[in-house]
Amino acid sequence: MTTKALARGALGLLAAGAVLTAGAAIGSDDGTRIHWGPYKVGDKRSGYTYAGAQTRAMQDDDFQNPAFLWLERGADIWETAAGEAGKACADCHGEAEEALAGVATRYPIHDEARGKLMNIEQRINWCREEQMGAAPFKWESEDLLGITAFVKNQSKGMPVAVSIDGPARPFWEQGKAFYEQRRGQLDMACTHCHVDHAGTMIRAETLSQGQVNGFPTYRLKWQTLGSLHRRFRGCNKNIRAEPYAYGSDEYVNLELYTTWRSNGLPIETPSVRK
Amino acid sequence: MMSIGRTTPRIISAGLALGLGLLSGTPGALAGDPVTPFTIVDGYTVPDSLTETPGDPERGRKWVINRKLGNCLSCHEMPIPEEQFHGQTGPALYGVADVYDEGELRLRLVDPKALNPYSMMPSFHKVDGLHRVLSGFEGKPILSAQQVEDVIAYLMTLRDTSKRR
Ligand code: HEC
Ligand code: HEC
Ligand code: HEC
Repeated sequence: MTTKALARGALGLLAAGAVLTAGAAIGSDDGTRIHWGPYKVGDKRSGYTYAGAQTRAMQDDDFQNPAFLWLERGADIWETAAGEAGKACADCHGEAEEALAGVATRYPIHDEARGKLMNIEQRINWCREEQMGAAPFKWESEDLLGITAFVKNQSKGMPVAVSIDGPARPFWEQGKAFYEQRRGQLDMACTHCHVDHAGTMIRAETLSQGQVNGFPTYRLKWQTLGSLHRRFRGCNKNIRAEPYAYGSDEYVNLELYTTWRSNGLPIETPSVRK
Repeated sequence: MMSIGRTTPRIISAGLALGLGLLSGTPGALAGDPVTPFTIVDGYTVPDSLTETPGDPERGRKWVINRKLGNCLSCHEMPIPEEQFHGQTGPALYGVADVYDEGELRLRLVDPKALNPYSMMPSFHKVDGLHRVLSGFEGKPILSAQQVEDVIAYLMTLRDTSKRR
């Protein structure tokens, strides 16, 4: 079995375990009796652990998980030549399972050439523009969502491990400041909902820790796959705060900060959320 | 959970009051200004009504439910059985009028951060110091002065301590 298949198998099994042993009072320290398997590491809990049973089941079953349509699209893109160079991703990178295993756990990275951060979407579009002579995919297009989900899925089950040392540090600091700053007419920071009040109900929603290890995510409310930056925009607009553009420096810095918060949780892409 | 607002408001306000004395909302507002100035006394109360017209509890109940206005139910459980899904990020408001008077509730609404600087609760009648307000909402308070008074009048009817508080 490949690394990826192993990882996916393990996640699947443990998820089943979580459901079976719920209520069986085995080692758990978050005040619940539920053993969340890989979805809880120390105090960090994936959004999976706040989701309802049906949503979790949908994520766990490859045939029920609607995001698998996008994974297929991503797999096609990986094999299809495009741009002036007439090359496909696979022509340079080879077998996706080998080339991409673990890659997504390290992103966003600091890109020396541009003197700022680069997330996976931007890396893919860098390859399109600089390596293939092709137009970049548009944000939230089915193509960019599909190939991003495909790339991240090759790291499924592997722990998120972004580095915030060296040149990435000041960008992490900006992301942290964003996370803690009150904004919008309702004057709230991310911290208010996802740190101070995680686990409590806000109207009909249980606030989670806002972990990012499952993106792009299939959201039942959206009826489609969506990027992390779409979620950022939604969480900004909900408190009547002006959102930033997809792929903006502000959101990529925030992505580094939130991804660092998720360090240690397994990549779940593509997750399913309410 | 939310011990700050529920059990120790006086102590916190006393601390703040020492440091700050009087705080003002928007001094020198002109006629037609969407924000009516208010004065915080001793750090824990806004005794003066924001309007000449007294608050109407029935309208207040509507503003409390309305998701575009008070939307208080997103964070508080209240005796409003016809609405599903009351949030729990703030304390339940059953019997809140037995604990606070009008002035204290007014400060709670217009500027809860004067009581608890870390509060998650929006300041419903304040526009100073906000960051990146969504276009279309700049310079506008969430509730008008009259709506604030209506909500207070409604909260003053919540005297039922027999329920979950
Ligand atoms: C008013 C409360 C509120 C604020 C403030 C808020 N969010 Fe959220 N957020 C939610 C709710 C509700 C959800 C959906 C349920 C959940 O996962 O918490 C959510 C979901 C998320 C998710 C998806 C989690 C998952 O498992 O898929 C992320 C990531 C997120 N928020 C990040 C942020 C960031 C970053 C900020 C600050 C820019 C922010 N949120 C501000 C309420 C909020
Ligand atoms: C012409 C060759 C070429 C093609 C075609 C190409 N890439 Fe790349 N790709 C590169 C090179 C070179 C790098 C390494 C850049 C570096 O490390 O500085 C790279 C890096 C990457 C990385 C990051 C790897 C890492 O370890 O950080 C990802 C992900 C990636 N490419 C995805 C894609 C995808 C998806 C496509 C198709 C849309 C694609 N690439 C097409 C040459 C190519
Ligand atoms: C985003 C969540 C949120 C919203 C919306 C909200 N509140 Fe609050 N409220 C809180 C929190 C949290 C507290 C606890 C004290 C604190 O942290 O400031 C609180 C405290 C209170 C208190 C003091 C209760 C006590 O027992 O000490 C009152 C009264 C109150 N809110 C009324 C309202 C009313 C009326 C509305 C709607 C106009 C409203 N709140 C909207 C979060 C909210």
